[in-house]
Amino acid sequence: MKKQKHVLLSGPYLFWTAAFIIIPLLMIVYYGLTDTSGAFTLSNIAQMGTPERLKALWLSLLLSLIATGICLVMAYPLALILTGTKVNATGFIVTIFIIPMWMNSLLRILAWQTLLERNGVINVALRFLHLPELRIINTPYAIALGMIYDFLPFMLLPIYNALEKIDQNVINAAYDLGANRFQTFWKVIFPLTVPGMISGITMVFVPALTTFVISDFLGGSKVLLIGNVIERQFTQVGDWNVGSGMSLVLMVFILISMAVMQHYDKSGGEQVVL
Amino acid sequence: MKKMLALALLAAVLPVFPASVAQAKDKEEVVVYNWGEYMDPDVIADFEKETGIKVVYEEFETNEIMYPKVAAGAAQYDLICPSDYMISKMLANDMLQPINFDHIPNYANIDEKYIEQSKGFDPENKYSIPYCWGTVGILYNTTMVDDPVDSWEILWNEKYADDILMQDSVRDAFMIPEKMLGYDINTVNEDEIAAAAQLLMDQKPLVQAYVIDQVRDKMIGEEAALGVIYSGEAIYTQRENENLEYVIPKEGTNVWIDSWVIPKNAKNVENAEKFLDFLCRGDIALRNFDYITYSTPNKAARELIEDEEIRESTIAFPTEEMLANSQVFVYIGEEGDALYNEYWDKVKSY
Repeated sequence: MKKQKHVLLSGPYLFWTAAFIIIPLLMIVYYGLTDTSGAFTLSNIAQMGTPERLKALWLSLLLSLIATGICLVMAYPLALILTGTKVNATGFIVTIFIIPMWMNSLLRILAWQTLLERNGVINVALRFLHLPELRIINTPYAIALGMIYDFLPFMLLPIYNALEKIDQNVINAAYDLGANRFQTFWKVIFPLTVPGMISGITMVFVPALTTFVISDFLGGSKVLLIGNVIERQFTQVGDWNVGSGMSLVLMVFILISMAVMQHYDKSGGEQVVL
Repeated sequence: MKKMLALALLAAVLPVFPASVAQAKDKEEVVVYNWGEYMDPDVIADFEKETGIKVVYEEFETNEIMYPKVAAGAAQYDLICPSDYMISKMLANDMLQPINFDHIPNYANIDEKYIEQSKGFDPENKYSIPYCWGTVGILYNTTMVDDPVDSWEILWNEKYADDILMQDSVRDAFMIPEKMLGYDINTVNEDEIAAAAQLLMDQKPLVQAYVIDQVRDKMIGEEAALGVIYSGEAIYTQRENENLEYVIPKEGTNVWIDSWVIPKNAKNVENAEKFLDFLCRGDIALRNFDYITYSTPNKAARELIEDEEIRESTIAFPTEEMLANSQVFVYIGEEGDALYNEYWDKVKSY
């Protein structure tokens, strides 16, 4: 009886996983490894090897690494400050950081386009103040900025959660045993937040690596990221096989990055989930 | 094979939602797939009021985005409005059904001239009804450009670096250097395509952005000095910003026709015919023209235009001489498409 209940309860989840995760994934593997007639081939994967696609992949890796790094550097101190503030204020401040996420991310990226444009809000203000204009729209800089803005909450929240979970007694114990503030941070607090950082890094790096919307809107379609290359294969060229083949290559990069992350997650503690 | 697998998997998943499927069948409807901003929403509302048929309206941004969606059979449409070369591609792949013109009496409103031109992609005039037509040209801001604009060459002038907006669709983009080099815009000669791609790569540092629908707002907002645009958009932008001027370059350009077609797998053919007849009515075509400002092939509608300036506008209705060097796109086959896409990728990642 009890066992049956378990199966019933997990039914919706199992159905969901099968219908929308496993079957689509298998379809991508199938298309990626076959040609239009359905015969096995590796040529779709080899398609990634052309200079223009390698360049797009390299640029995507570079931009998402930069965006992840900057997010981490910005989010960590912020999370420290948030944890340090009084309980009442914290809820409010965290909400402030989450509110933008209530809005559609496409809308937020379009807003950045309007802000950064030549006659956009920022440049009009700068011109009024007789300051030099900001010319980063349609460059990789604008794309990196868009990634950082869009994904910063995904870095902030797991780190904040990890920090908040630390038992104050552990910190007090460190002080009691003669550790100074820096030692307490480096030997106690920092290691305890590693799982949070790992979640944060994964949650920023993976969407940044695969984005095509941000590069389209803030890059003026001039900067081609690997997400754009794959998107074009599906929506414009209509070649599902090559598109799937390249998606498989991209998945390998994501798996590598996750494996590296797991390796550094030495503490092996529970993953912080939003 | 691809389609079969996708359908089989869809079939495996779909029966879970029988309620929603059954519901859709009860109502009279017509599923329309049209270009973005390509119909007056009030026209749709009026049609629904007059006939009680619900219009399910979807939009696409380029022919290339529309095609895979229809070809995959993922969505069933009753009416689609592709351009000339895409219609010949769909015909080549046996995706369209002949239109029963007896059910569309207002078809008589369409000017013979455009029906004749349609033979380029629909040789027997059996599958398509012209909806809009026009040219591709340069829209420029007279306060920002002080050179005469009469040639595509100006888009390669370094003086206007970062002030140029190019079209982000393959064939429109390649058409420009091909015309400059004096090639056929339907060429599939790899050397010629490579030469055109080289010109586009040379131009890329000067280009502010590759855009489609956004070119309109960016030119109105004076974000750029020069933009490649469809003639229909030009009239709209001039209404919003009087510094803008539209030119058909002397090397010639692409003359295009967007026509309604009924795909083979359409479910509501009768409703589609009713909607087509409604769209061909003079007063309705006029309202659409007023709203989208793309040249109408509907002679009844043109006669109804009150403003003489618009009725005789050479942007909306260019003269024969202005179109002397211009050509219509035709379908260049799968290999041709692949070749263009390959070189377009090179330009984009350059």
